[in-house]
Amino acid sequence: MPVETWLIFIVGFMLIGSIAALEMKDLLSAIIAVGIVGLGVSMAFLLLQAPDLAIVQFLFEIFSVVIIVRAFLKKDYHSEGEGQRNRLLGGITVLTLIAVFLLSIRLFKALPPFGKPLMTTARYYLENCASQTHAANIVSSIVLDYRGYDTLGEVTVLFTAILGALTIIRLKSKRKTEGEGQS
Amino acid sequence: MKQQPGLTLIAKTVTRISVWLIVLYGFYIIFHGHLTPGGGFAGGVVIALAFLNVMLAYGHETVTRWLNISFMHDLEPSAGALFLTMGILGIALGGGFLANVVHRGTLFNVFSSGNILVLNIIIGVKVAMGLFVVVWSLAIFRFFEGGDK
Repeated sequence: MPVETWLIFIVGFMLIGSIAALEMKDLLSAIIAVGIVGLGVSMAFLLLQAPDLAIVQFLFEIFSVVIIVRAFLKKDYHSEGEGQRNRLLGGITVLTLIAVFLLSIRLFKALPPFGKPLMTTARYYLENCASQTHAANIVSSIVLDYRGYDTLGEVTVLFTAILGALTIIRLKSKRKTEGEGQS
Repeated sequence: MKQQPGLTLIAKTVTRISVWLIVLYGFYIIFHGHLTPGGGFAGGVVIALAFLNVMLAYGHETVTRWLNISFMHDLEPSAGALFLTMGILGIALGGGFLANVVHRGTLFNVFSSGNILVLNIIIGVKVAMGLFVVVWSLAIFRFFEGGDK
């Protein structure tokens, strides 16, 4: 089978997973269903021959599922009542989505064919990577050598995200201990 | 027998053996980032998952007693500072920011490709320590959260 068929199969699987995550009443099942989507993305990367991305996506998906389960399992988010559905707003949303899809058909036709990108910078990297950086893995040589600034930005983003998460967690736990001290 | 924190004895024994293999795999991914798929980010996440494995099996109190958390917390921003230092070293030794300063060996050797290996190790340390600290503080946070139940 060609790659596209497998991709369509995986995308269909991801769609089922995301719909299941929205519709499930049990929180743990919904979290697992969200995990299906991430693993499907990882499989798609693997089929498109991007093993670096596939490894990172796979690991981060497992990591995030574990964190979400640990963080939310004990809490009472199960008892979420039936939300009132506005028929008019739902109809408007569906109509807008259909209109956007119909209008974007011409856009999809204008795209270059699959596997033939417009940018030809990649060819320069392919030809000169081994002789210039002496690294066998082209992705690594691009990320850490040609595009070093980008990786510095990623490191900064990670640092800032961890700083923010730690600040919020520390604030919440401090408030909890103070509340326990007063009561 | 007194009830220990964490999972059962079987899970603890399996974790004690398997966690070193996971850490070894993480080091392999980091050190071969310029030869095979992977790199600093993926290897760092593998090592953080190994810590997470230990924490799930043994409970966070044991981990807090065993590991020097504040040292690991300090390791993360210092790795970030080391990344910047490597960049500024490129300016100092001629060339631009993040220019290559380490000798590039021969292709397909483990110790080759100059800066890339060093930066991979730095990023691996940073990602592993950062994610571990986040998971550890989430566990502590749940500890406070479960207090009033």
